[in-house]
Amino acid sequence: MKKKLVAALLCVAMAATMAVGCGNKDAGSSEGGSTAAAGSESGDNITVGFSQVGAESDWRTANSESMKSTFSEDNGYTLIFDDAQQKQENQITAIRNFIQQEVDYIVLAPVTETGWDTVLQEAKDADIPVIIVDRMVDVSDDSLYTAWVGSNFELEGQKACEWLNQYAKAKGLTEINIVDIQGTIGASAQIGRTKGLEDAAKANGWNLLASQTGEFTQAKGQEVMESMLKQYDNINVVYCENDNEAFGAIDAIKAAGKTVGPDGDILVMSFDTTNAGITDTLDGSIICNTECNPLHGPRVEEIIKTLEEGGTPDKQAYVEEGIFAYGSDVPTITVDGEDYEVTEVTQDVIDQRAY
Amino acid sequence: MNKPKKKLNGNSFLLMITILLFIIMYAAGMIIFADKGFAKPQMFLNLFISNAGLLVIAMGQTIVMITAGIDISVGSVTALVCMVVANQMENHGASAFTAVAFALAIGLAYGLIQGFLVSYMEIQPFIVTLAGMFFGRGMTSIISTDMIAIKNEMFLAWANYKIYLPIGTYSKRGKFIPAYIYPTVIIAVLIFIVIALIMKYTKFGRSVYAIGGNEQSALMMGLNVKRTKLKAYLLDGVLAGMGGFLFCLNSCSGFVEQAKGIEMDAISSAVIGGTLLSGGVGTPVGTLFGVLIKGSISSLITTQGTLSSWWVRITLSALLCFFIVLQSIFASLKKKK
Repeated sequence: MKKKLVAALLCVAMAATMAVGCGNKDAGSSEGGSTAAAGSESGDNITVGFSQVGAESDWRTANSESMKSTFSEDNGYTLIFDDAQQKQENQITAIRNFIQQEVDYIVLAPVTETGWDTVLQEAKDADIPVIIVDRMVDVSDDSLYTAWVGSNFELEGQKACEWLNQYAKAKGLTEINIVDIQGTIGASAQIGRTKGLEDAAKANGWNLLASQTGEFTQAKGQEVMESMLKQYDNINVVYCENDNEAFGAIDAIKAAGKTVGPDGDILVMSFDTTNAGITDTLDGSIICNTECNPLHGPRVEEIIKTLEEGGTPDKQAYVEEGIFAYGSDVPTITVDGEDYEVTEVTQDVIDQRAY
Repeated sequence: MNKPKKKLNGNSFLLMITILLFIIMYAAGMIIFADKGFAKPQMFLNLFISNAGLLVIAMGQTIVMITAGIDISVGSVTALVCMVVANQMENHGASAFTAVAFALAIGLAYGLIQGFLVSYMEIQPFIVTLAGMFFGRGMTSIISTDMIAIKNEMFLAWANYKIYLPIGTYSKRGKFIPAYIYPTVIIAVLIFIVIALIMKYTKFGRSVYAIGGNEQSALMMGLNVKRTKLKAYLLDGVLAGMGGFLFCLNSCSGFVEQAKGIEMDAISSAVIGGTLLSGGVGTPVGTLFGVLIKGSISSLITTQGTLSSWWVRITLSALLCFFIVLQSIFASLKKKK
């Protein structure tokens, strides 16, 4: 009897194992079929392996979408997209995988700036050009990557602070007590934007009460803001290093019984200008939103086209970025002798944007 | 006489399923993704290259799980090791050899303290190692919240030293590319072999199984339960330190957020490899295949290219469920007997 039972169990287990194996196979083969179909006509399709940080913010999602729409089958590309879930080790594994798949180009949006020497050397040994997007990499040898596309984060920080400086003058704010909800520590965006603020606070005599990381997420931004509000009761400006943190901060401020906006207790400044972010700028909840353009796809495609034609692309390519604010108190700002126009947010402005 | 034989059968059957599952999965990948390079030997070697650190960490995890314990501090130990190693070499001019010593010392200290608390103070291993986990992550951020890139020449030479194998494949352009591994792979595999031998053939290894199987009867048999447990945690700590160092050789940087959740990868690898959370059962070989299965799943999903990489976790969770259910079926069968 017992033997029978064991035998039956064995069969069930075997079947289950097979089912798991076949489940993989089925899912794979249907996909494999479609890629094989694409592959047959893709003698001239350019294969691009893209290792993305994750999907932690709206900005990141817009960035992924830009890549996906640029490198579509219709445009003559095959995109292999890998979401690293915020882990560098996943990205290293993914790049090794791309190399084995012999993709034509590797596009990397690195989680961290450091630790890329080994795997980028492997890509170089396999003659695969690597294009870095968004955050920069810190490698011993610059020839390990072909080009970098991204934002000038420190300039973004400087722009936002210069706007605040002008706005304070226009509104007659004499005392500025500012708190900084930082991005993920070590990310280029965090480093540049924090530096912009710290320099400006020194230059303009602002009280930088506290800096703490909100890890670019809404939940953490809210948590940090709650604790800051308990610690200081004189905060009048919050400098959030991305929109998601700003949403969290606004929730925390409202929950504490304070108000946001031009006539409220606290001004919320933010970066990225995602669709949801700029919508909050429309009613002044976010008073000033400095753009961080996520549409990297077209710039990366330009570089790939240059490479395909045998040319040498520029090592660094910045994407153009604007600054959006509630009201028209500050029409233009000047950073390092360069003038930047401040866009007053209206419904039309929002509708015209691509993301 | 029939009893122990039965038990052995059930466990080796679990191990067999794990190995079979890996082979089926990998073979399926080789067939489906042949055009995407999945059949290349390098693709298989990459499993070891990317998971060398995890493999060593999971070995330690397996040992403590066999004593019916658990260690969730290993991810933090890895981050701490990476940070200390990076910090010592970059900011204090330490040599790469000193860095290895630091890594092992951290592991040893963790093993000693956690082991003492678990065995002699009889505190729940989950709580002890939870504290260890918070402590490690906290200390890491106290050393530096910035990312530290390792530029030490000797260290980078180790990290980037490719050992070419006499096998390889031709690329699309017809260039012969030999398959390669890094020294980390050799170290990890050696450690695996040593641990497998220790667990199977030494008095310590057998005592660990005896304690995990039934602590009371192990005590009655005259085994020094406390000392064996301490040794198990000590070994686990040293392996975590060593694994952390291998992890660091792969990432070449120190950073607070590193290796988050690697403890869960280690635990799930051990469980998939047939280690029982209730203790007494498990093998290093099983854990090796657990790690390989985890690696192949993520490799398959990356190669597929359009699936969200969250499927790695989803598939892993399904596998975990499957193995836990199997284990409990075997356990209840044993009881009936």
